[in-house]
Amino acid sequence: MKGSVHVAGIGVISAIGSSASATLAAFREQESGIGHITHFDSVHKNVLPVGEVKLPNEALCDILWQGAHVTRTALLGIHAAREAVKSSGVDVKRWRTGLISATTVGGMDKTEHFFIDYLNNPNAGKLRNVVNHECGKSTEIIADDLGVKGFISTINTACSSSVNAIALGSRLIKHGLLDVVIAGGSDALSKFTLNGFNSLMILDQQPCRPFDASRSGLNLGEGAGFVVLVSDEVRQAEGVASRVLVNGYANTNDAYHQTASSPEGRGSFGAMQKALAMSGLLPQDIDYINLHGTGTLNNDLSEGTAVARLYGEKYPRMSSTKAFTGHTLGASGGIEAVFSVLALQHQCVFPNLRFETPIPEVGLVPQRTFEENVSVKHVMSNSFGFGGNCSSIIFSRN
Amino acid sequence: MAIYLKGKGNISPQQTWGDASLLDQPKPAAGNRLACVEPDYTQYMDVRQLRRMSRILKMGVAAGSMALKEANITVPDGIITGTSYGCLEDTGIFLGKMIENKEYALNPTPFIQSTHNTIGSQIALLLQCQGYNQTYTQGAFSFEHALLDALTLLADEPNQALLVGAADEITNTSHTVQQRFGIFKDEHNTLETVNGEGVAYFVLSGEKGPSDVVAITAVTTLYNADEATLSAGIVRFLKDAGINASDIDLLLLGTSGNAAHDAFAETIATTHFANSTQAHFKHLSGEYPTASAFAVWLAARILETKAVPQNIVVKNSGRPVKRVLVYNPYFTKYHSLILLEAC
Repeated sequence: MKGSVHVAGIGVISAIGSSASATLAAFREQESGIGHITHFDSVHKNVLPVGEVKLPNEALCDILWQGAHVTRTALLGIHAAREAVKSSGVDVKRWRTGLISATTVGGMDKTEHFFIDYLNNPNAGKLRNVVNHECGKSTEIIADDLGVKGFISTINTACSSSVNAIALGSRLIKHGLLDVVIAGGSDALSKFTLNGFNSLMILDQQPCRPFDASRSGLNLGEGAGFVVLVSDEVRQAEGVASRVLVNGYANTNDAYHQTASSPEGRGSFGAMQKALAMSGLLPQDIDYINLHGTGTLNNDLSEGTAVARLYGEKYPRMSSTKAFTGHTLGASGGIEAVFSVLALQHQCVFPNLRFETPIPEVGLVPQRTFEENVSVKHVMSNSFGFGGNCSSIIFSRN
Repeated sequence: MAIYLKGKGNISPQQTWGDASLLDQPKPAAGNRLACVEPDYTQYMDVRQLRRMSRILKMGVAAGSMALKEANITVPDGIITGTSYGCLEDTGIFLGKMIENKEYALNPTPFIQSTHNTIGSQIALLLQCQGYNQTYTQGAFSFEHALLDALTLLADEPNQALLVGAADEITNTSHTVQQRFGIFKDEHNTLETVNGEGVAYFVLSGEKGPSDVVAITAVTTLYNADEATLSAGIVRFLKDAGINASDIDLLLLGTSGNAAHDAFAETIATTHFANSTQAHFKHLSGEYPTASAFAVWLAARILETKAVPQNIVVKNSGRPVKRVLVYNPYFTKYHSLILLEAC
């Protein structure tokens, strides 16, 4: 293990904007992206709010020059990954470049259509709607678009997936196996996940209120977020101006329940603690925490308890940005990694929208407003998922 | 860099677990489908737990238990799983019910157990393993990336013991749909390829123990490579591992019975490994994205027993086997190399 891993570029698309600059503007205006479902039919259409990317598939295909058979997960991924590569200014074809993406639904949006016909007749249903079902296929489509051939991988550890993708990318650079890694994740809204989370009764029929005492569930979202990671050598050779680096990361398992987090947040506590240890930082060194903060009773209490255990009374600025974007599942770690980098680049912190009353058991008061001109040197981002998967990552400004 | 094999568990379409003489009598496919020979799961988990689990979860927990038992380890430091398709059975159930019930009154259990990471997290939950937990889902590279993850993790912390494996299942739905792509043998084609499945886990550590005899020393994946790129990739892979092609005693080749695809791999085998013993394995495992995990189990068996089962040999060089290269091509687009050595 040697050298540093630098963030040379970022790209993001979510309910609050199709680029990093649009995202920052939405934060500044405190403009949430939560609204009604418009891109697909569902009995929950006017009942369950979601964070949709405003562009429908047709518009994405048009902008990106992609065919109609391309899954929404891949389209969103291409959009964000292209922005990340462009903003890095790095010639990805010159180096040993990898693409490590994360997704939980893969091509489910198309498979759902296939299955309707298939259930009636096993010989029916268009095969082109199921050929890109596998999670890895969305990564291949993004890699082919970017011209990345060296290394492609996909991670699915549910909602912690993207952080693990960025962590793996960093490790492969540190081990000298790759020079450049485009890492992050992409997930599209689908009927499958909407109904899945609804069957668990953890979707709020109102816009979600993460870390608020009155919270009653999450809103699903969609989008993609990627960072371009480069080695010291690439940074120098390509004249990368970025001052942000990946400073530490950790992956643990709560091993408590398939979907619920332990009351004491042992997995999340362990992930934060180990990420701090790797970065050589103390909890007090962190200037801002981008919380997982889904808005469910269980997650926010468990995560809040873990944060309170780590910090006691004196905790840093923190917020869940999911009141803006909804919970983008496998993409959330990538999207929130981009937000973390934006906080470091622009010396700002993002509001925890719709917060009014602290959760009585933990008493944490998150950031209420968009605040600029604050000193942000170290940001920690949390992502936790089904199956007890917990990951934390720390980005620092040097 | 070498990581050492401490234990292995393999549930495959062949008798690859238990005390029986393994692979003595290969089991043939039923039509174009090979199904796993499954153990009695009650020896691995209680009936209450079993009732809630889908078949791939049961196979995962059992194969993981077999590997840990052989390694004499109760709880590993981390669990890394590769699966291309994830938990297809539960995915299909939830999707079907969602459509049939028109999105009303759905049981959440199949949804919860549909995500790819359910296999690795179910093992973590049963073992109370709070360590590193990772799931790769890059088609035919899923197992290879689990190994790569282990190689780099153990380079940093050699004293850890990781449970590393791969799982992919066939369901009636997946088989019906895949057959429609015309990739398995049927009355409309001349293919010999049969659909396969399997779950294999390995306990790996960066520290060699006195009884360890197998090391995994290198792994790589080559995506969308043409013949020249692939050839160069193989040469570079061997060079990075500090050896030449002539040092490979046994080449385990993942040819699938598709003459057009296999020709590509066979050219590579002839060009680079003319002096090695050549063997194949997909007539035993069937073709599926993580079949290379079956091959690693087979390679480890060969290195442990110092014997190559006759039913896998294509060309015998008569060399004693100390180094095995698993070369797994998957539908011409995906190629992987895994190097195992006696230690």
